[in-house]
Amino acid sequence: MNRFYVVLAVVAIVLGVVVFALLRTGGGGASAAAAGTPPTVADDGFRGYTLGPGTARVEITEYLDFECPVCASFATIQMPTITEQLINTGKVRWRFRDYPLPIHKYSRFAAHAAQCAGAQGRYFEMQDQLFEHHQWAQTGRDPSGLFRDLAQTAGVNLTAYDACMKEGKYAQRIEYSRQEGDSLRVDGTPTFFVNGRKLEFRRLPGSDDFKVIVDSVIAHAPPPQPTEMQRQHQHPAP
Amino acid sequence: MRYRQAIALLALVGCFVALYLWLHALGYGGAIKCGASGGCEAVQTSPWAVFLGLPVAFFGVAGYFTLLVVAVAALRPAALAQRGWNTVLALLASIGFLFTGYLTYLEFFVIHALCRWCVGSAVIMTAIWIVAVLSVRSPVLRTDRGASQPPPDPQA
Repeated sequence: MNRFYVVLAVVAIVLGVVVFALLRTGGGGASAAAAGTPPTVADDGFRGYTLGPGTARVEITEYLDFECPVCASFATIQMPTITEQLINTGKVRWRFRDYPLPIHKYSRFAAHAAQCAGAQGRYFEMQDQLFEHHQWAQTGRDPSGLFRDLAQTAGVNLTAYDACMKEGKYAQRIEYSRQEGDSLRVDGTPTFFVNGRKLEFRRLPGSDDFKVIVDSVIAHAPPPQPTEMQRQHQHPAP
Repeated sequence: MRYRQAIALLALVGCFVALYLWLHALGYGGAIKCGASGGCEAVQTSPWAVFLGLPVAFFGVAGYFTLLVVAVAALRPAALAQRGWNTVLALLASIGFLFTGYLTYLEFFVIHALCRWCVGSAVIMTAIWIVAVLSVRSPVLRTDRGASQPPPDPQA
């Protein structure tokens, strides 16, 4: 009988060591709260950072994964032209939503870094840094140190950034966005929705594709309704 | 006794499997170690990964730990001859087995993703259930003096 308890104790110790090793190697030095999946999800009302005016007649929502090389390629090659031709001209409002893919080890962590930068008004600067220095996604190494450097370059206050990352402040927000993507049948990244309608491409779309789509949507959309004030100007009360 | 020992050992292993999944669900350890399929992440981040406001893995830890404690308690010399322990273990194992069956059904037919850790846990719980049922059906353990004493030495 005593021998059995010894066996039980030895098995418990071995399994404890194995679990500890798995947890240690799972996320490297990256803050587990920021890199891992939160146990629960809450809707904080946030629906993504946007570029472009709220009055734009076309809204494009992009579900992206920061570790996805195609997303990085799209962000660095296509987005500058899209920004110049469609967003800066007021035609389009572009909304960024997180969709971290489970196959990517640090995509949640990167999305969290971008959200922590966003809390300081530096989301787009951090997004640029993460995509422009995308080699971090190929090395498989813990990118927490690099992300701090990128955050600093993006003009982020590192004390607040560190606290935000350690706390995993936006882990639930990111998970909510991912689940929202699931409910909309997002099946890869990047996935685009134009005025709520999912776009299906057999290849990565370019800026020309979006220009055609946006022009077509605007051409077929009803003209914008005048506001109450504009109506009063057109038909002044007697 | 062998049945109870087997249940205790299996419950201990299951407890650590569930513990790993629970700690991961709480945000410890970053990405889950599950191969490249992504099945574990898909399962762990699905709406069915939370039950009554708690990660499902927590119920796994609680269930296996309960089985472990009951099995160890049933291994005390005073409890060895009491068959009621076998019934309690079989009842607990049946609850765990049904819950595991439901989770496996969700993985196959609702989430459409398989988590290796969850499959491992399902195998362990099924094994516990089989052993527990066998223990209930096993003959009564004899503890009278005659049965526990060595046979008489013919040269004596």
